[in-house]
Amino acid sequence: MLSPLEIEVIALSLRVAFWAVLFSLPLAIAAAWILARTTFPGKVIVDGALHLPLVVPPVVVGFTLLVLFGRQGAIGAFLYETVGISFAFDWKGAALAAGVMAFPLMVRAIRLSIEAIDQRLETAARTLGASPLRVFATITLPLALPGIFAGTVLAFARSLGEFGATITFVSNIPGETRTLPLAIFSLTQTPGAQDAILRLVLISIAIALAALIVSEMLSRRVTARIRGDAA
Amino acid sequence: MISVAVQKRDGDFELDARFESGPSVTALFGVSGAGKTSIVNAIAGLVRPDAGRITVGDVTLFDSATRVFVAPERRGVGYVFQEDRLFPHLTVRRNLRYGSRRNGGGRDAPDFDAIVNLLALERLLERLPHHLSGGEKQRVAIGRAVLSRPRLLLMDEPLANLDAARREEILPFLEQMCRDLAVPIIYVSHAIDEITRLADTLVVVDAGKTLAVGAVSEVTTRLDIAPLTDRRDAGTVLDGQIESHDPTFQLTTVSFPGGQLLVPAIEGRVGEKLRLRIQARDVAISTSTPSQISTLNCLPGVITEVGIPRHAHQDILVDVGVPIVARLTLRSVADLGLAPGRHVTALIKSVAVDRNAASLD
Repeated sequence: MLSPLEIEVIALSLRVAFWAVLFSLPLAIAAAWILARTTFPGKVIVDGALHLPLVVPPVVVGFTLLVLFGRQGAIGAFLYETVGISFAFDWKGAALAAGVMAFPLMVRAIRLSIEAIDQRLETAARTLGASPLRVFATITLPLALPGIFAGTVLAFARSLGEFGATITFVSNIPGETRTLPLAIFSLTQTPGAQDAILRLVLISIAIALAALIVSEMLSRRVTARIRGDAA
Repeated sequence: MISVAVQKRDGDFELDARFESGPSVTALFGVSGAGKTSIVNAIAGLVRPDAGRITVGDVTLFDSATRVFVAPERRGVGYVFQEDRLFPHLTVRRNLRYGSRRNGGGRDAPDFDAIVNLLALERLLERLPHHLSGGEKQRVAIGRAVLSRPRLLLMDEPLANLDAARREEILPFLEQMCRDLAVPIIYVSHAIDEITRLADTLVVVDAGKTLAVGAVSEVTTRLDIAPLTDRRDAGTVLDGQIESHDPTFQLTTVSFPGGQLLVPAIEGRVGEKLRLRIQARDVAISTSTPSQISTLNCLPGVITEVGIPRHAHQDILVDVGVPIVARLTLRSVADLGLAPGRHVTALIKSVAVDRNAASLD
């Protein structure tokens, strides 16, 4: 049904999006909590910087990543020498680009759900002897779960669709960095590939829809549990 | 022994509260906005006073002089809030157990089953807070605070958000708890009836200041404090005991240090202790000894104090063996020429029996 080439593209895309989301999630939760629950000088600037990938052209993000994380880049060179990780022209680079581009969406969704939590519950937990860390783990995090699911799915879908930053940072290498959107783009450059394009487009839509439906189901279940509707 | 002295300026509001209280139930009483909640928040460590010192037993929780500020989770101070603040994603059982991990500092953990039993929560344990009524939620919140092994328990108007029926549902539980727990309680309220039922020590708070501290029966008869208590509620609290029952007329005789009162028949054995409340507006004054009058309770006494006029009324303190407050119109005071030293008769139109204090001692 699916050609080996299509399977390769889908598997790569899922792998890239999976690792992008997995690594951004803890950082996004931390950033969301800091933005929702603390005040510090320069918060506006930090908030703005976190949203940058959403507003600057993806090419700019890709180029910045290339400068920072390329083999010669400030961070890239260090990582390569110390732990032997290289992002350049590698699927890990594609995951990094996807993660960076999706980060603001993830933070936003989680932050909104943390802000919606009644802080008086957290205060009550403190008076019951819970340290700030335990309050976070037992009260804030569980109550923010619907937002965390929503943010994860948004980021996953955004990662699947990442194009501009990826192609700028890690190029378009079959089997390594050619994810679904890049494969579709490549096919548009090939005469007579209309059917192949259509198939990939439908696959993209199907994956995104499936992710949304799963998230919606999980989120409903969690929300129901919190509200107690389905006890 | 709890000792509180805190100062805090917050915009226009200036808090300057100091009081000491014993090991039983202390009520913080005052109108809304008087600063009661600010005081308990300072004790719980939820706000940091500008200056002062808070100690419970030999533990210092806050001392501006030595820069001590213990974090709320390390104070061992339980807190029952006005709202239940139950964790919505945890069952009643897990809510109740949430504070049990606290290091008790050598204090015994209250028995889970005993508290569940006392607050009648057995049937609710596996439910989520969403499925509980307002009264049930507040009972769980009380249990949760108690089970966290506090060295001191704060209750900030725990009944304020409940309707009258729910309040009546919970008050007996609270009375029982105040009796059974070996934990000092600070109980915030603006309802004098709750205080007379629950508290032994009364701290009157007004405009951020603690105006009076003392035994409930003592402070409620201070005329300078009376205007602060809800005007309709001002009155006298008496501790007495059942003397005899009269089945013919359905009356019970209650004796108190100043004499005896007849009240509509109440349950209880002879000798049982009670707390009575006489509202100031239910006390009339006669300068002669009245005869042929329907009022059953006529107590001779001496006027000891005449309060300052407020609107059309003036409070008079009559010593009938114990001081009783009477609220009269300015005109009556003038017509009868009431003044300290004058012998009068206090006519008591009704008596509220507030609590059965039998097992309190």
